[in-house]
Amino acid sequence: MAAYKPVVVQTCPKLGEKITQDTLYWRGYKTPVQIKEFGAVNKIDFSPVPPYNYAVTASSRIHIYGRYSQEPIKTFSRFRDAAYGATYRDDGQLLVAGSEDSSIRLFDVSGRAPLRQFDGHTKPVHLVGFLSDKYRIFSGGDDYSTNLWDIPSATEIVSYSEHTDYVRCGCASKVNADVFITGSYDHTVKLFDARTKSSVMTIEHGHPVESVLLFPSGGLLVSAGGRYVKVWDVLKGGQLLVSLKNHHKTVTCLCLNSSGQRLLSGSLDRHVKIYSTTSYKVVHSFNYATSILSLALSPEDETIVVGMTNGVLNVKHRKPEERNEKSQKKRQPAYRTYVKGKTYMPKQEDFCVSKPVKRILRKYDKLLKSFESSKALDAVLEPPIMLHTPEVTVAVMQELHRRGTLRSALAGRDEKQVNLLLTFVARRVIEPRFTPVLVTVADMITDIYQPVVGQSAIVDKQFLKLQEAIGKEIDYQEELLEVLGMMDTLFATFTEKRDMCLEENKSNGLTETVETNRND
Amino acid sequence: MVAAGALRVVRCGGGALRGARAVFSADSKYLLCASGDFVKVYSVTTEETLRLMGGHADLVTGIQLNPHNHMQLYSSSLDGSIKLWDFMDGIPIKTFTVGCKLLALYTLASAGDSVFVVIPKKGERDTFQLVSVKLTKGAGQDLEAKELSVVLDGVGASPKQIAFGREGEYVVSVKEVNLQVYFFKRKLLNRFSLRAVKTKGGDNQFSCVACHPTEDCIATGHADGKIRLWRNFHHRKEYTYSTLHWHHDIVMDLAFSVEGTRLLSGGVEAVLVQWHNESCQKDFLPRLGSPIEYISMSSDGALCCTLHTDNRITIINSNLRFSRSIQGLIKSRDVKTGLVVDPRTKALVMNGEPGHLQFYCLQSDQQLFSLDIVQRQYIHEAGLKQSDLVKVAFSAQGTWLATVEEREEVTDPELELKLWFYEEETQSFKLNTRINTPHDNHITDMSFRDMGELEDDSLILVTTGRDCVFKVWVMVEDTDPEGKYAQQSVSWSCDFVGSYHNYQATNCCFSEDGSLLAVSFEETVTVWDSVTWDLKCTFCHPPGNIRNICFGRLTCSKYLIGATDYGFLCCWNLLTCALEWSAHLNIVVLQPDPLSEHIAAVSWLSKESSLFVFKPNEPQPIYIQRNLCKEKILLAAFVPRDEPETTGSEKYLWLRRSQLLFLTDTQELMTLSTKPLEERLTPSSKQLAVEESLPVTPFSVLLGKHRRQQPQEDTDLGKLVVHNKHEQASPAVRELLHTPAHVLPSASFLCPIFINSLLISKENKSAEEVANEVEMESEKTEDDSDEEGDVTEMEQEDTSHMELLGEVTCKLSKSQEKELRKIRKMDYSWISAF
Repeated sequence: MAAYKPVVVQTCPKLGEKITQDTLYWRGYKTPVQIKEFGAVNKIDFSPVPPYNYAVTASSRIHIYGRYSQEPIKTFSRFRDAAYGATYRDDGQLLVAGSEDSSIRLFDVSGRAPLRQFDGHTKPVHLVGFLSDKYRIFSGGDDYSTNLWDIPSATEIVSYSEHTDYVRCGCASKVNADVFITGSYDHTVKLFDARTKSSVMTIEHGHPVESVLLFPSGGLLVSAGGRYVKVWDVLKGGQLLVSLKNHHKTVTCLCLNSSGQRLLSGSLDRHVKIYSTTSYKVVHSFNYATSILSLALSPEDETIVVGMTNGVLNVKHRKPEERNEKSQKKRQPAYRTYVKGKTYMPKQEDFCVSKPVKRILRKYDKLLKSFESSKALDAVLEPPIMLHTPEVTVAVMQELHRRGTLRSALAGRDEKQVNLLLTFVARRVIEPRFTPVLVTVADMITDIYQPVVGQSAIVDKQFLKLQEAIGKEIDYQEELLEVLGMMDTLFATFTEKRDMCLEENKSNGLTETVETNRND
Repeated sequence: MVAAGALRVVRCGGGALRGARAVFSADSKYLLCASGDFVKVYSVTTEETLRLMGGHADLVTGIQLNPHNHMQLYSSSLDGSIKLWDFMDGIPIKTFTVGCKLLALYTLASAGDSVFVVIPKKGERDTFQLVSVKLTKGAGQDLEAKELSVVLDGVGASPKQIAFGREGEYVVSVKEVNLQVYFFKRKLLNRFSLRAVKTKGGDNQFSCVACHPTEDCIATGHADGKIRLWRNFHHRKEYTYSTLHWHHDIVMDLAFSVEGTRLLSGGVEAVLVQWHNESCQKDFLPRLGSPIEYISMSSDGALCCTLHTDNRITIINSNLRFSRSIQGLIKSRDVKTGLVVDPRTKALVMNGEPGHLQFYCLQSDQQLFSLDIVQRQYIHEAGLKQSDLVKVAFSAQGTWLATVEEREEVTDPELELKLWFYEEETQSFKLNTRINTPHDNHITDMSFRDMGELEDDSLILVTTGRDCVFKVWVMVEDTDPEGKYAQQSVSWSCDFVGSYHNYQATNCCFSEDGSLLAVSFEETVTVWDSVTWDLKCTFCHPPGNIRNICFGRLTCSKYLIGATDYGFLCCWNLLTCALEWSAHLNIVVLQPDPLSEHIAAVSWLSKESSLFVFKPNEPQPIYIQRNLCKEKILLAAFVPRDEPETTGSEKYLWLRRSQLLFLTDTQELMTLSTKPLEERLTPSSKQLAVEESLPVTPFSVLLGKHRRQQPQEDTDLGKLVVHNKHEQASPAVRELLHTPAHVLPSASFLCPIFINSLLISKENKSAEEVANEVEMESEKTEDDSDEEGDVTEMEQEDTSHMELLGEVTCKLSKSQEKELRKIRKMDYSWISAF
């Protein structure tokens, strides 16, 4: 004897992104906090030590924000002109920033006035950073030069002028205290060793380099420029591993997450894309309101801070992990009593009687099982089902139609219910997956309630709405067919033309030779 | 009959079980069923077929236990004979020839030697009469039974329309809207009739009748689903009836419980309804799978069984609990899926229950399992358009199964293509992909690319539809990039849509190596490259649409065979792209053998089917059998044999590796056999089923344990010894069990011999020797001189016992002493085993 088979609800897989572990992880952020800065945010840097404050460089100021503060907890504003690229030292004590006036200033995080000032560049300095031995600073300027400075003496150690355009980005190796890289608008990334007089390696990115990044291991290098993000193997002498082209405007900033498993890139196309560093596929992406200039991720991925061209700072905090301790506590005693005797192992001579699993049927299934068609339809016309899972309503309607009882289920309803029914049909009939069923339903409703048309204003209105919806859909389909026809002709002419072109070329070639002959 | 050695057409897959009501044996251990020309005996506990009793030349229409000997069974058949069987042994005892078609059979304890049968009235069509037949007590096996006396005239042809009342006092017959009751003693005939006019939703036509076993009460079922309970029908005027109504359609059968307190009714709803005490209080046993045809009760009232229209017997407990079901080959009205062979189990796959796919094992005549494809509640109601399975295809290894189900709609058919993956763990198919409306119109054909040795990615499914396209479906792997969740899931999606001049695509098939796909579009066969999906070439043989196409196999793989509507069988050469040969034949079925290059073609011409077996490279057929059968053959399939058959004749070499099966338009499954009739009977029908059917008693448990341990003890002696002993021990037991009881000596005499034969002696004496010894000993009366010493010892022991017991026990007689001695001599080592 077969059990009752519940109604099959046809669920369509949602198009577009799939729910993966990544999407769940990256969606776990609260709604963003927007902070207005004075100008375009060119650099955001997180302090590597708790409480993970972050320095935001915009216009002529450097603001330092705390984890949850929306007001800056500290401001460095001793710049005559725009400040660039404020960066923390590894211990979070010092902060260095370049500026439009070609000077580099070093600040103590707790102080206010700059500790040191390094002068030597002749043009604005966009790139400054600490080497990992903490006592040296490297910088790159619009004067095409890359300099290395000694912090204690505030003197220039060495100056490289190998780039042929503005040096706008760079990064120091965490493994080797002497190695740093710079990216320039001359389409190259250069790897410098402080112990040598010239660059060690040059990598052709192919576009003005906007951002570079070294992996914590120091073996892989990521460069961003133009629409491309490229990953290079430094140890193999700068071999290109992957070239990613997922943005449709210039990529401006790069960032790794705390575990090093994900790479984030921000772009002028207002997107932040997250790549897996094993497969280099986009696993998630964020949308922003304006073009993105800078991007930073706090340790443990607690916060994502994005700076825009219009000076808005967008801060997203991670949602606290949901803890269901409370519910567990509640359940425990009940569970224990329930589980009493669970550990009992049946002995060999025991005869085990398996308890039949009780299947829980939905309300409409129960009603369908007992052949109560009208009630089953009522059950699925309840607002929560009708609004949120229209496929259930449609599936039950289809089942009723299959059983031949749809007409009787639809008949004999009062004004309110007819109104409800018509609202649903008018709204959903244009959805392709529901159309076949709902057209039948609409047909039946009009058949059944034709005699009473004109008696209720509400129902009449709904009928008109239905008519309008269907009329619109028909127009739309006609238009689509027109477009299809146009495209067909286009394709047809295109393929023919290609053949023609070949012939034309041939004839052209012939005529050319003839002409040359004539010229001769 | 065809001469010996020639091919014979044999019916296989068992007959329809619905010839007559099933009958329980008196002890309710066996169930007797009319199945086609046979009577089948099923065990109620194990569901297996114990015996197949054949002998009738036509459909068996009625079976009844002999009321005077419940080990005997009467059966009547359309061939005009009544047979008396000993169903325990499966032996026909007597055959009574009546001489006209027998449509139903009834027996009565009070009727003496007579049985009642329904026969057509002479000279009139569609009129039937109930007659009593006197079964003469003659000496021979075949007897004439010509003593007919008419009891009732104008009865219905169905066995359900006549019932005998309490203790055989009256007989009730219903036909159309008339009910007639005939009282045997008073020789009184009462007629009652209902209004014939069909009122709103009412239809008073009688469909079946049942009589209360202890009271004067008749229950009748009607075409509109009503059940009427008639009382007081002794009087012509003052009769009364009450009505019970639950069924929404015709009541197919009624049965009273043994005490008469419950009435069971069944109909097309596939629900068994139990009415209590003629009140409206009722219990249901719903969803029995298919419409109920017959209901029968066992004589002790513990069981009840329903016969369904789809060849199923359901056995139901007295408390209306489903107990078990016996399932034969389901013969659905329309086998739309065709005959498909499952490559994994070699089972025949076809439409089963509505919406199900049945896997039917030919060897054991059993349904292996039924796969629910549609997965929707089937509503048993006439006139409903419900989804049904129309196409099935298996991949080469049987790992993938593709099914198409459709439901007729006013506008477009509702189509669904489902792909199932075989799961090793659960040993069943699991739904992988469901595609709604794969085509805009009916799907006409479907086939997998058959590339056995290659990887799974070479698997391609092609469907052809009446919407003028064929579609190619491929597997798509959805991979999650992350290591932790890197489980690959596979789904199917459309890869290519091909069409040809807007003609309807009718057939498709892949070449053996899978490189070419042939799709027929009405009159034209197109050949496509299966890698690039380029159209390679086209063939046609006008006029007439292409009905069937197939590629040649093995050495003939360069040929493409096609059959057209206008009666041509064509063979095209794929290398030269030219017609190789053609023949003027109205081919209905074209079936290539998957294991050889032979192709079987069945033609249908002037009311007979003929079979042609040919190789594509030779225009001359290898084998021709004209007049294969009278019915039109709709489908055919080659089923690979487990082991190649050894046939003497060269002519039947094509039957060596596979078996050819046909399905006719009367839903009969036929096969071709080279063996004579006797050999074809399965051994299971001959073997005695005493041991299996024995109930489990403590003794048998003891015996079973003993038997199981025996080999363990003898392991050191080697297998040969064990084997010998088994063989030698069994004759004694068998002899004991099989000798008729009335020729056996007394049980007290036999018991020691029997027990002795079961024991194992330490010296590893063969059981026969032991038995002989025992027998010899029993023959020798009292002079056991050589064992005198033992006797004295024994006596001493005995006396000591007696001393202990005092004067309670009297002195042992000599024979008792002997018994005791014997017991002492026995080996009790087996006791230690417990």
